[in-house]
Amino acid sequence: MISALDKKLFRDLLHMRAQALAIVAVIAAGVAVFIAEFTTLASLTESRAAYYERQRFAEVFAVCKRAPKSLAARIEAIPGVNVVQVRTVAEVSLDVPGMDDPAVGQMISVPEDRRPALNDVHIRDGRYIAPDAPGEVLAGEEFMAAHKLKPGDNIAATINGRKRKLTLAGSALSPEYIYVVRAGEFLPDKKRFGVFWMGERELASAFNMEGAFNDVTLKLAHGANEPAVIAQLDALLKPYGGIGAQPRAKQTSHWYLENELSQLRALGLAMPLVFLGVAAFLLNVVLSRQIATQREQIAALKAFGYSNVAVGAHYLKLVLIIATIGGAVGVASGAYLATLLAQLYSEYYHFPKLLYVLPPGVIVAGVGLSTMACVSGAMISVRAAAKLPPAEAMRPAAPGNFRPTFVERMGLQRWISQPARMILRQLERRPARAMLSVAGIAMSAAIFVIGFFFVDTIEYVIDVQFFRVQREDMSVTLFQPRQRGALHEIARMPGVLAAEPFRVAPVTLRVGHRSRQVGITGLTADAALHRVLDAQLRPIVLPPDGIVLSTKLGEVMGVAAGDALTVEVSEGARLTRQTSVAFLSDDFLGLSAYMELGALNRLLREGDSMSGAYLRVDPRLRDSLYSRLKAAPSVAAVSMKDTAITSFRETLAQNMMTITLINSFFAGVIAFGVLFNSARIALSERARELASLRVLGMTRGEISYILLGEQAVLTLVALPIGIVLGWMGAWAFCKYLIESELIRFPLIVSERTSALAAVVILVSAAIAGISVRRKLNRLDLVEVLKARE
Amino acid sequence: MTSGANPIVAPPQAAVFSARGITKVYRMGEVEVWALRGIDLELYGGEFVVLLGPSGSGKSTLLNILGGLDVPTEGNVRFLEHDLTAANERELTNYRRNHVGFVFQFYNLIPSLTATENVSLVTEISQRPMDPVEALKLVNLGDRVNHFPSQLSGGEQQRVAIARAVAKRPDVLLCDEPTGALDIKTGIVVLEAIERVNREMGTLTVVITHNSAIAAMADRVISLGDGRIQGVRHNTSKISAKELSW
Ligand SMILES: Nc1ncnc2c1ncn2[C@@H]1O[C@H](COP(=O)(O)OP(=O)(O)OP(=O)(O)O)[C@@H](O)[C@H]1O
Ligand SMILES: [Mg+2]
Repeated sequence: MISALDKKLFRDLLHMRAQALAIVAVIAAGVAVFIAEFTTLASLTESRAAYYERQRFAEVFAVCKRAPKSLAARIEAIPGVNVVQVRTVAEVSLDVPGMDDPAVGQMISVPEDRRPALNDVHIRDGRYIAPDAPGEVLAGEEFMAAHKLKPGDNIAATINGRKRKLTLAGSALSPEYIYVVRAGEFLPDKKRFGVFWMGERELASAFNMEGAFNDVTLKLAHGANEPAVIAQLDALLKPYGGIGAQPRAKQTSHWYLENELSQLRALGLAMPLVFLGVAAFLLNVVLSRQIATQREQIAALKAFGYSNVAVGAHYLKLVLIIATIGGAVGVASGAYLATLLAQLYSEYYHFPKLLYVLPPGVIVAGVGLSTMACVSGAMISVRAAAKLPPAEAMRPAAPGNFRPTFVERMGLQRWISQPARMILRQLERRPARAMLSVAGIAMSAAIFVIGFFFVDTIEYVIDVQFFRVQREDMSVTLFQPRQRGALHEIARMPGVLAAEPFRVAPVTLRVGHRSRQVGITGLTADAALHRVLDAQLRPIVLPPDGIVLSTKLGEVMGVAAGDALTVEVSEGARLTRQTSVAFLSDDFLGLSAYMELGALNRLLREGDSMSGAYLRVDPRLRDSLYSRLKAAPSVAAVSMKDTAITSFRETLAQNMMTITLINSFFAGVIAFGVLFNSARIALSERARELASLRVLGMTRGEISYILLGEQAVLTLVALPIGIVLGWMGAWAFCKYLIESELIRFPLIVSERTSALAAVVILVSAAIAGISVRRKLNRLDLVEVLKARE
Repeated sequence: MTSGANPIVAPPQAAVFSARGITKVYRMGEVEVWALRGIDLELYGGEFVVLLGPSGSGKSTLLNILGGLDVPTEGNVRFLEHDLTAANERELTNYRRNHVGFVFQFYNLIPSLTATENVSLVTEISQRPMDPVEALKLVNLGDRVNHFPSQLSGGEQQRVAIARAVAKRPDVLLCDEPTGALDIKTGIVVLEAIERVNREMGTLTVVITHNSAIAAMADRVISLGDGRIQGVRHNTSKISAKELSW
């Protein structure tokens, strides 16, 4: 048997169902985000752990120029080293059928007769390479999928200057390439970059690496001292052109995934807190109104002998039911949202199998968090109900305390109509509630802006990076640095309108114990095609001496203008030189270092050498020029800016669309929840007053104006605040979640984004307003006036 | 029909309530409002008492104190062997739950519950309750048990309130202006219901009114004025509610 009090509870709930549903939606949104992000976090973490374990992912990674295989035994003897794997790794240029621009293949050697001891591949399709099958390779699954290649298909590669036909034995995945990105780039490009695994002997002979290796990975013994192992490994590799080993934490794929996980963790907490804060506020408002209208019912209950606790529990139950429904809907939609996120992640992060883990702990935490938020929001009202002295409650509540508003006290009342005055007084009478309503609406605008600014920022980055920094149409990279005279050969080719030389030298920068592997780009002082810009987008003139670092690289190295820096060159004679920082300059992508071309040549102790050229090209001759360049034996790579921009956009666009849609939906939920509830509360509080005004002869429009005007004022006040909050949130997002060694985003929020935020909020406000207006139209004058408050 | 003509005089009994020197002062900032200024009072089992007095004379305040809804500023109130003035919140709740039935001027029904459910609300938490439908029959509402308050007239609502108050078989029935919101005819129906409970169940009944006509149906009429008892009158012959007119 359901007790009479519980029946009252259910009927009350049914009566306020629209408001309750709005709150349920906000709670559900918060819980859903929480569940989705933490489920994804757990799924990724566990999938990664299982993958690393099964494929024996290494813990230390090092490269060198060419070391004899006999060194492996000495590396194995380093205390703490468990397994050593030496390999040959090299980039090759690929000719993929149906693709005009070149693709780059990262070739990794694997034993022909058994699986690699470390970083084993996971065969997705086809089979592992056969021991006696020259030209057989495994290719990354995503590359094969991007080109619709199947096991058994062939592709052509230029390996160390010689054309070879490769046969794809199977498609594979590797823990080393969960995030597949070419060294030095930050976005994956499935079509233009692929990882390949080739038989050890064959790859070694193609690159003259027989009996030698240029890549070492280690598995450490349990409890090994990693920094000590790295130091000893560095010492062993140094004579062979070793450029400093890196722990797993700095391994590119691992680093990206780890970054992503920490973003998930931060967002998974921050977003739900906003939603649940809003839900708590809404519950507070709705419940305090409910209790105010039920004062006499509460008094009667107490007069019959219901205890304070019983009365408090009655109202708390109402909250718990709403919280529970919200939590349940949230868990269900969160679990679904997690599958969407998983899909999104699998676009970027490649696992043999993305485990779907919904840890009970996450559900408990999500539901617990939402319940706590709801209860804390409701507690003040529940306490008030429990404490209400029974005798007191029998007297109707005193009429509210009104007074002339601030505006009126300023002496401006002449300018304000009577209804407007009512609106202002109403707002001023409950400043805390008005403020919280404003905060809630502002929050939703902010969420929208934070969800959308990314689009603006990307567009800005594209504009700066591709149209102001890289003004060239094409860039040509040579196999070997050549004399500057080579520029004239290129410049003379038909279709080339302008050509500028560049020199990129791979180096390790060192200051004290800090070091980074970067490329120094040398540009002529008067470069007009490819320029270095400062934060104000003004071109920088490269100084005749010293090195210009990006601000981030300066920060990473702990240096400022004027500081000394050691440069260890990773090619040619592997010189170690000293230079000093000329100044730091802001940029967005990667860790970059620039020098004036002549200064770089001097640093490298070489003549007027160049490693490539930037070209401006006649669009009509673009394609023929491209084919001609590609056919030139000394050209390693040709890249076209158009394709770079397209791939940049493609890679990000899909991701951003999903996130943006989800965000704007949630922003709408919050705005609607706040506005609808605040209008409904206002209606319930003022139904009598408004009905009286109708009786006195006011039209429906006029009383709607009084009621909805209040909501309009709240919305209009909240909008600018919300947009500014959104900017701040976006800034924090850039600064704390995105900024890294690979990418820095400037805070760009376009007028379009702010306007869209305003539109979303205003539409939500309009829907809330219309639904209340419909109630208002049906306001039964007799009923309202008869009923005692 | 004949009960009104031959009133049953309550047999002398031990006092159910005895109040000594109760005062009630409301402090509102600087201002002190003396609602009660020293009340001494005895109420006996089975009695029908009418509290009469002008607005603001302290009637509701006194009734609330007797009903354990409020405590006096000073003085002492005993209910049988319980000292209400020494009771804590929990003891007062239990006292109300087990001994007191309340009827309010504005009915205070729970609008979301039907007549039966409103009565159940009380019977569910009392020790030896009547069946809710029985209680409704007692006030002649046996045919309206499943109606919601909004579907009932004022008089019917008040009778539901009476059924709700008596369904727990209280020792005292306290009614604060039960007919205040009703017309004569309806008021009389409601008073009949109260009278019947008093007579058939022998429940000590206190009814507040400022309608002196109603005083005629009481065993005793206590007049309040300015927070003091101005006079007590024993009706030698009380008349039934039916015969009232005002
Ligand atoms: N909570 C309170 N705060 C301040 N003053 C109060 C409070 N309750 C009652 N009073 C005052 O105490 C006095 C007695 O009030 P009470 O309600 O007992 O009068 P009453 O006789 O029931 O009047 P009525 O017939 O109008 O109901 C009044 O002057 C009233 O203003
Ligand atoms: Mg009164």
